Amino acid sequence: MKSFTNVNPENRQEVVSLLKKVIEEGKTASLAGGGSDLLGMIKDDLVAPDVVVNLKDLEGLQKIEPHSQGVRIGGLVTLQELSQHPLILSQYTVLAEAAGTVATPQIRNVGTVAGNICQRPWCWYFRQGFPCFKHGGDRCYSVVGQNQLHAIFGGGPSFIVHPSDTAPALMALEARFRIAGPDGERVVPASEFFVLPREEVSRENILGPDEVLVEIELPPARQNVKSTYVKIMDREAWTHAVLSVAAVLEIDQGVCRKARIVLGAVAPIPWHLPHVERMLVGQRITADLAGDAGRAAVSRAQPLAKNGYKIPLTEALVRRTLISLAG
Amino acid sequence: MKPISRRSFLERSGTGMAAAAAIPALEVPTFQSQPQPAEERGREVHLKVNGKDHRVKVEDHWTLVEVLRDHLGLTGTRVGCDRGECGACTVLLDGKSLYACSYLAVWADGKEISTVEGLAEGDQLDPLQEAFIEHDGPQCGFCTSGQLMSAKALLNQNPNPTEEEARQALAGNICRCSNFNRYLEAVLATSGKGSSRG
Ligand SMILES: Cc1cc2nc3c(=O)[nH]c(=O)nc-3n(C[C@H](O)[C@H](O)[C@H](O)COP(=O)(O)OP(=O)(O)OC[C@H]3O[C@@H](n4cnc5c(N)ncnc54)[C@H](O)[C@@H]3O)c2cc1C
Ligand code: FES
Ligand code: FES
Repeated sequence: MKSFTNVNPENRQEVVSLLKKVIEEGKTASLAGGGSDLLGMIKDDLVAPDVVVNLKDLEGLQKIEPHSQGVRIGGLVTLQELSQHPLILSQYTVLAEAAGTVATPQIRNVGTVAGNICQRPWCWYFRQGFPCFKHGGDRCYSVVGQNQLHAIFGGGPSFIVHPSDTAPALMALEARFRIAGPDGERVVPASEFFVLPREEVSRENILGPDEVLVEIELPPARQNVKSTYVKIMDREAWTHAVLSVAAVLEIDQGVCRKARIVLGAVAPIPWHLPHVERMLVGQRITADLAGDAGRAAVSRAQPLAKNGYKIPLTEALVRRTLISLAG
Repeated sequence: MKPISRRSFLERSGTGMAAAAAIPALEVPTFQSQPQPAEERGREVHLKVNGKDHRVKVEDHWTLVEVLRDHLGLTGTRVGCDRGECGACTVLLDGKSLYACSYLAVWADGKEISTVEGLAEGDQLDPLQEAFIEHDGPQCGFCTSGQLMSAKALLNQNPNPTEEEARQALAGNICRCSNFNRYLEAVLATSGKGSSRG
């Protein structure tokens, strides 16, 4: 692996000033949570940071803390902790399930929730170092290449899919992300954190090079809510989703009062389906309605040459997930 | 046409596990024109490995598995893919399993590490090792130390796992000889759940 200097800041202010200093010196820095994605990128010469900023010792960001306005999740909480935390399991099930489907025990033990959200794309061209848009190049090789795993929504000019399992779950839970930067901190809804390639092709979210995702805030748990994360893979473990759905339904006396449905691995960002949610609110979720919702979910899909199979798969996954949650 | 998976794509285009594993063996060693004396580079870290204290001078970009194998001589921990994709490098850090190929040695400063060398006490094998032999777990044996450490992490936390829990716990360890079922049997037998094939 190419050499670099590792630094171990102790608090978020220190991270921000470190990043600022490195940038001012004309050098590059990469943040490392668990490092499970970053180190592979460095070994494959996809990034070549002069400085690796190890976030593991940051004060106070390793905790899951319930409070009156909801739950605060430190960015350094591991996926293992998230998937087994009693409060997350019982009240925010979709998130515990999503974290529990990531990769393997070894990766969940080190992988952090912030790192999971900020991981780079796993498009095979990007990971092989093809000079694509994501590496500052001028094309997306998947357009006329092997695009089996690429986007059916929101693509262009790059057709990557957002790889994170926790991101769709967090968007479905209406989480908010706290970001620290040189001008202090800001909090943005998860739905405004991710950016489409047509807005900004070289990165997947709004973070600048001098910013760090420090916390995730979940709204208070509500009564009568059921949620789940369902992930389709091309084998049974250890891999990113071919397709996934995060669904959160509030059902009172058989009637759906609120719905949030977000798809994973179909678009360059977690793909929210507000038009499908509107079909469900105020209704009893019957098999027929779930079928209509499945069809509506894919009505605007634009497949590439080899990923058309994702359309019936998405339709069925949405239908089945709604039936099982409502049932 | 044969369907393409992420893995077969990478294999065809020349990286992937098989190729990545083969590269180190072919690599010609490179020497710096003026090698710096080791003492002037890197920083000292304190690793407690299998109960024994080690102070080692490491460079920031060295992985934990490099230090264990190349600097402490603990070659029971293997390197297959060097990318978090095979599990051969599994060790325990403060009791939790991780891929030592995907973790920097400097991040392990002050931590307790357990490797396969720490399982047996003298000639007395760990019950897991006994069961691995009994159930013919190891074939070529390359993945075995990683399988043992994943199993150890599981049984430390959950001495009586269900079959599903044991499967999940071993899911991060690939066996190219495909002896997954025997490893699973051995783990369940150790936990007192499985049928011993006596
Ligand atoms: C074999 C394998 C299988 C995988 N399978 C899955 C899977 O099924 N599902 C899935 O979702 N992921 C998967 N991953 C991807 C990844 O390893 C995990 O998502 C993991 O959670 C990443 O967390 P980390 O803390 O290790 O990230 P790191 O490697 O530390 O960071 C990932 C990226 O985010 C940036 N970053 C880290 N922390 C912050 C922060 N606080 N603020 C801003 N940027 C930050 C880093 O600079 C880096 O670019 C897999 C990886 C491998 C190697
Ligand atoms: S060597 Fe394959 S996971 Fe580390
Ligand atoms: S015994 Fe050969 S790889 Fe597992």
